[in-house]
Amino acid sequence: MTTENAVEVSNLTKHFGEVVAVDHISFQVKKGELFGFLGPNAAGKTTTIRMLTGVIKPDEGTASILSYDILREGLKTKQLMGIVPEMANAYVDLSAWNNLMLIGELYGVPKRQRQERASKLLKEFGLYERRKNLVKGFSRGMKQKLLLCMALINEPQILFLDEPTSGLDVESQRLIKDMIREFNKNGKTVFLTTHNMEEANQLCDRIAIINHGKIATIDSPERLRLRSSGLQSIEVSFDRAVSVDELSKVHGVKEAKKTGDKIRLYVDEPGVVLDKLVDFARSKRVKIISINTLGPTLEDVFLKLVKES
Amino acid sequence: METNLYWGQFKRSFAIVKKNVRIYYSKGPVIIFGLLVPFFLFLSFYIGRNMPAEALVPGLLGMTAFFTATSVGPAIVPWEARARTLERLISSPISIWTIFLGDVLSSFFFGALVSVFPVIFGLFIGVRIADPLILGLGIVLATFCFACFSILLSAYPPTDSPASVMMLSSMIKFPLVFISGIFIPIEELPAWGKTISSISPLTYFTDWQDIPYKAIVIIQLSLT
Ligand SMILES: Nc1ncnc2c1ncn2[C@@H]1O[C@H](COP(=O)(O)OP(=O)(O)OP(=O)(O)O)[C@@H](O)[C@H]1O
Ligand SMILES: [Mg+2]
Repeated sequence: MTTENAVEVSNLTKHFGEVVAVDHISFQVKKGELFGFLGPNAAGKTTTIRMLTGVIKPDEGTASILSYDILREGLKTKQLMGIVPEMANAYVDLSAWNNLMLIGELYGVPKRQRQERASKLLKEFGLYERRKNLVKGFSRGMKQKLLLCMALINEPQILFLDEPTSGLDVESQRLIKDMIREFNKNGKTVFLTTHNMEEANQLCDRIAIINHGKIATIDSPERLRLRSSGLQSIEVSFDRAVSVDELSKVHGVKEAKKTGDKIRLYVDEPGVVLDKLVDFARSKRVKIISINTLGPTLEDVFLKLVKES
Repeated sequence: METNLYWGQFKRSFAIVKKNVRIYYSKGPVIIFGLLVPFFLFLSFYIGRNMPAEALVPGLLGMTAFFTATSVGPAIVPWEARARTLERLISSPISIWTIFLGDVLSSFFFGALVSVFPVIFGLFIGVRIADPLILGLGIVLATFCFACFSILLSAYPPTDSPASVMMLSSMIKFPLVFISGIFIPIEELPAWGKTISSISPLTYFTDWQDIPYKAIVIIQLSLT
């Protein structure tokens, strides 16, 4: 067991009845790394996080966090973690302040420190003025920020975040992302899950792509992007039927596919192809009704990567 | 190190108690099942009967201690499962026993606190207590046992519905009241009733109260 890894997972598996939620996954996260777990719904992201944070027991396999085994030394690993669970809530019948005090006490943070840290965190997240209000009256974004404060009150060495920005507005998303980067800057490890490619791309040093409980690949965002180029596409519809074969001969189009009343064109450079499409429409005397450029969907990237591996 | 660990966990269970007191003592079902139901059950049983005060107070105290100490605990875990706060609690560095201890203690404090009222009521209507120390000890021991008992009741079946836990535990609690010597003296129960009453935790508290309360009755009787 090397000490430079913050998380070491080997053969971790979890079944729910017939469903294999997580299927013999193995990976390592280095100390100080910002590691992303990217996958579609039901991929097994939350199940993995719940096993690592000691909420549920794995059926098979082992994992250690900062060299402590999650099963045999559960309390020690938990002591070092900060956690923002996916569906969890703060206590709505307590004030923001009392929620923080409770979590601080559960982590054994002495009273003075607890209070200092709580004030500092609440100020950073813009919740200080509302600290005495019951969480019942908080908006979704405020609750999520409070959860992040609760995750940081014990000054963790490693932070686990399960879709920390889902359902939040742009400004709140940015604030949370900034806080995650700030936390990571001090050499501390972050493990986050998301189904948002862009978010993973902006934040993570490395990304693991997971689907159906299996890891397809682990790589840096840039290299993943390179591997998934060619998955850009243009979706276009005309006022009259147009031959798909002819469209696929337009310069720059790699493949054309009919999808409903639209046609999907896979391209490398959408900008160039757009011009050509307009020319094409003119020469055929058809009108373009709608046109959209689409980035690679997670499913596209995933399918491509699975095929490659 | 080991003792540090246990002491730390013990202290953390008080954080849980604080939370429970703040949140659950004032929840509707706790008030209903813990205070109102036993009170009216008691009233409906005693009204119209000509009971001496000395016989009335131990029964009232027993009922109060039993229902209050068992009303908070069972609801907490399902409540938190439903409110999605349990997951955060489990992922904190506390053992499952720390959570249970916190829940037991909060039930216990609730029961012990409310049990003071029937005692005061008793003093008010002129019932004298022969040995306050034994009575106090009895209340503490009994409410603590009831609190543990209620947490046991709530552990199975696991559910996230506070209402069904309340219903289930009431289905066990109510019959216990009738076989524990509060309304019907145990000597008058049929043989099978006596057997069942011996597994009811409430029986022992009713028995125990014979010492502080009955003693005074005997003394009073012998004086007159
Ligand atoms: N408690 C549970 N009981 C039964 N099945 C479960 C449970 N938790 C997860 N599953 C199943 O395990 C699979 C993986 O679920 P998981 O929540 O880990 O996905 P996810 O990657 O977090 O998805 P999402 O992006 O929707 O949050 C799903 O098929 C889900 O139905
Ligand atoms: Mg999830």
